[in-house]
Amino acid sequence: MPILTRLWIKTALVYFVLALLLGILLAGQCAGLIHLPVQSLFPSYIHFLAVGWISQLIIGVVFWMFPKYTQANPRRSEGLGWVTYITLNLGLLLRLVGEPLHATTNAAWAGWLMAASALLLLIAGTAFVINTWGRVKEK
Amino acid sequence: MPRLSAWFIRASLIYLLMGFTLGALLLANNGVEFMPSAWALLPAHVEFTLVGWIVQLALGTAYWILPRHTNGPARGSLALGWASFGLFNLGILLAASSGLLPGTFQLAGRILQMLAAGLLAVLFWPRVKAYGL
Ligand code: HEM
Repeated sequence: MPILTRLWIKTALVYFVLALLLGILLAGQCAGLIHLPVQSLFPSYIHFLAVGWISQLIIGVVFWMFPKYTQANPRRSEGLGWVTYITLNLGLLLRLVGEPLHATTNAAWAGWLMAASALLLLIAGTAFVINTWGRVKEK
Repeated sequence: MPRLSAWFIRASLIYLLMGFTLGALLLANNGVEFMPSAWALLPAHVEFTLVGWIVQLALGTAYWILPRHTNGPARGSLALGWASFGLFNLGILLAASSGLLPGTFQLAGRILQMLAAGLLAVLFWPRVKAYGL
């Protein structure tokens, strides 16, 4: 399996565990056992599952298994693959810190962290679609 | 991959783009408010990413790689397959209209999605089988 696929799948597994850890924090707070302002982690909990885990796993398997782009260039662009990997994970991590910081401090710079995270995630999705579109081939 | 899978998968990639774009607008707007009405986009964001992208990609891939029939059309009735594609995608668009159109539109969307799911279950069911059958 290509190195990018290995990275995507292993990183996805890490997000799976991290998401459930966030879930424990959120449930612990609901149960009155954890006295920290963790509600602002709820969106990261959802998106670690939906984007960090499931989407990232799909992206890794698609890059590996979808029909070849060309014989010489089976996975189209490794470069776009790296752009997807880096922006997706940086975007998710910025969101993990940006949202709680913005909720607790209401600082403008924390708001800009969220905007940066939004842009990074959008770049990740776009780079993945560009690299994958030409590999969706009818036979 | 068969043409129908390619269409399911292409549609899922388009929904990924639309869903991520709406998500990015929502997230950026939560941080640096520039569009007070952005919250109205949340139902469409959820529908596009969860159903349009993730579920639809799984459907297209299942239609492609599940074991094929040994007699007759390899993947079952093409007409049923295309009907499921049409119903499912119309269903997504209608279901995503929450907050923009009256509730009957979302109800119609869910009904279309359920009909598509029923057709796909009929198509997939006999293809889930042991080796050699
Ligand atoms: C597979 C992709 C995704 C799925 C399945 C997904 C799913 C969801 C769901 C279920 C919610 C609703 C949570 C609630 O009701 O509180 C939500 C909210 C949201 N999503 Fe996504 N999402 C995805 C990707 C993204 C991306 C890429 C972004 C940003 C670039 C994003 C930004 C948001 C924002 C800002 C909210 C509102 C959060 C809040 O309550 O403050 N999502 N998403």
